[in-house]
Amino acid sequence: MNNLLVFPLLIPLCTAAVLIFLKNKISLQRWLSSLSLLGTAASAGMIVYQVRTEGIQTLHMGGWLPPHGIIFVADMLAALLVLVTTIVGAFCLFYSFGTVGEQRERYYYYTFFQFLLVGVNGSFLTGDLFNLFVCFEVMLISSYALIVLGGTKRQLRETLKYILINILSSTLFVAAVAYLYGVVGTLNMADLSLRVAEAGQEGVLNVIAILFMIVFSLKAGLFLFFWLPGSYSVPPAAVSALFGALLTKVGLYALIRTFTLVFYHDPVITHSWIAWMAAATIILGAFGAIAYSDVQRIINYNVVITVGFIAFGLSVTAKTAMDGVVFYLLHDMVAKAMLFILGGLIVHVTGTSQLKEMGGMIKRHPVMGWMLFITALAIAGIPPLSGFAGKLLIIQGGLQEHYFWLTGIAVASSFIVLYSLVRLFISAFWGEEKLSSNPQTVLSKGMLLSAGGLFIIMILMGLGSEWVYRVVSEAGNTLMNPEIYINAVLKE
Amino acid sequence: MELYMSLAIGALFTVGVYLLLSKSLLRIILGTSLLTHGVHLLLLTMSRLKTGAAPLLGQKAESYVDPLPQALILTSIVISFGVTSFFFVLAYKAYQKLGTDDMEELRGKEDE
Repeated sequence: MNNLLVFPLLIPLCTAAVLIFLKNKISLQRWLSSLSLLGTAASAGMIVYQVRTEGIQTLHMGGWLPPHGIIFVADMLAALLVLVTTIVGAFCLFYSFGTVGEQRERYYYYTFFQFLLVGVNGSFLTGDLFNLFVCFEVMLISSYALIVLGGTKRQLRETLKYILINILSSTLFVAAVAYLYGVVGTLNMADLSLRVAEAGQEGVLNVIAILFMIVFSLKAGLFLFFWLPGSYSVPPAAVSALFGALLTKVGLYALIRTFTLVFYHDPVITHSWIAWMAAATIILGAFGAIAYSDVQRIINYNVVITVGFIAFGLSVTAKTAMDGVVFYLLHDMVAKAMLFILGGLIVHVTGTSQLKEMGGMIKRHPVMGWMLFITALAIAGIPPLSGFAGKLLIIQGGLQEHYFWLTGIAVASSFIVLYSLVRLFISAFWGEEKLSSNPQTVLSKGMLLSAGGLFIIMILMGLGSEWVYRVVSEAGNTLMNPEIYINAVLKE
Repeated sequence: MELYMSLAIGALFTVGVYLLLSKSLLRIILGTSLLTHGVHLLLLTMSRLKTGAAPLLGQKAESYVDPLPQALILTSIVISFGVTSFFFVLAYKAYQKLGTDDMEELRGKEDE
C-alpha cells in the first residue's frame, strides 16, 4: 500500500476541476497548471525512487484486496513513463503559453490539457483492464476537445474522422473485455495472467489476444495508422506535440503490458503477428516520410515509423530487446515532442509548412537550426545521442533471436528517418533566404526555452545512457518475468 | 438464451457496420450507437444469463445474477453517451461550417 501512487492522477484532476472556475483569469490558469505539473513531476520522481529502492509499489483502492478492487501498480516501466509524461507535458504546456492564442486559453484549454494528463497517467498506473478502458476514454475525450478547439474547417473535418475511428476502437475494446471476462471471469491484470496460464492460451484465448492486438494497434497507430497523419496535423503545434509524444505511446504501453503480462504463452502466433505488422508499419511510414514535402506530414510519418520500430522490439521477446523497447520509448517521447515543437517553430517563423517555400533560415535562427539538426541525429540514432542505446539494444535482440529480415528493415528505417529529417533541415535552413520580408520572424523567449529544455533532457539522456540503462534494465526485467509483477500484486 | 442474444447482437453489429460505411454523417452516428448497444448486450450476455434475483441483498434469494457486468455496462453507457452527444454537436457544427454531411466531400488534403 502506497498512497503516493494516486498523486500523478489526483493533482491534474483537482487542477482541472479548479481551472473550470477561472475561465477569464488566464495568467492565474497558467500559474496553476504549471504548479500542478511541477507537483505531479515531483510525485512521479518520488515513485520512481521508491520503485528503485523498494520494488514494485501497489495501491488498493478503498482497501479491497485484489482481485476484487481496483488496484494501481507502479513497476519500473509505469513509473518511468509517468515521470517522462509529466516532464514532456510540462514543456508542451510552457510552449503553449505563447502559441495557442488567448481565445483557446479562455475556452478551457488548460482544463482539457490537465484531463489529458489524468487519462495518460491513469492508463500507465492502473492494474485493471476495465479501469484501463476508462482511463483511455478520459484521455481520448480530452484529445477530441483539444483537436477541435478553435473550430476551423480543417479541424472539424479531421476531428470527425478521428472521433469515429476512436469510437470504433473503444467499442472493440469493450467487446474484447466482455469476451475475456466471459472466458476467465476476472479483470485484474495479474489475476488474468494467472487464469490465462491455467486455461492455456489456445483457441478462444488466442482469438481474444488478437482482438486486443487490433484494438491497441488502432490506438497506437501500429499498421492501422491511416487516421494518424491527418488528425495530428490540424491542431496547434503544442497540442500535436503532446499527442505525438503521449497518445500513441499509451497504445504501445497497453500492447507491451498485455503481451508481456497476460498473453505471453503463445508467442508463435501473437508475437509473429506483431512482428509483421511492425515491419509493414515501418515500410509504409517510410514511404510517407519520404513522399511528402510538408513539415507536419514528415513529422507525423516519423511517429508512425517509431511505433513500428518499438513494436518490432516488443515482438522479439528477448531481455536485450525489451530493455531497448523501454529505453527507446522514453527517448522517443522526449524527442518527438521536441520535433513537433521545432516543426511548429519553423511553421511559425516562415508562415508556411511547404518545404519548397522555405530556405536560408540558419542566418536568422542558428540556435533553432542546430537544435533541429541534433534532434534529427538523435532520432536516427547517432552514437553519443539518446536514440542510439535503445536502437542498439533492439537490433542486438533481433539478431540474437534470428529475425534477420526484420532487423534489416529496422536498420534501414534509421537511414530513412535520417534522410527525411535532414531533408527538412536542409530545405528550411540552407540555401537562399526566401520570405525575408516575413514579419513573424520574432520568436519569444518562452518558445525557445521550452524547446531548449527538452533538448537538454535529450542530450543528458544520451550522455548518461549508462545511468538510464540501470533503471531501464530493471523495467525490462519485470517485463520479461511477469511473476515478479504477479507476486507483487497478489501476495501481500 | 445466450444463443438468441448472440444472434441479436450479431444483427446489431451487422447493421452498425453497414451504417458506419455509408456516406451520410447522421447514418454513421446512428451506426456507432447501434454498435455500442451491441457491445453492451454482449457484455451482459458473456456473463451467462442464468436466472437469479436482482443483485440486491434485500431480496434474500438463493442465488443472484452477476453484479460486475452490470457495473461495467453502466460505466460504458455513460461514457458512450458523453461521446455520442459530443459527436452529434460536432456533426451539427461541421454541417454549419462545411455545408455538407456527405463524407465523400470531406476527403482531400487541401487546406482551404
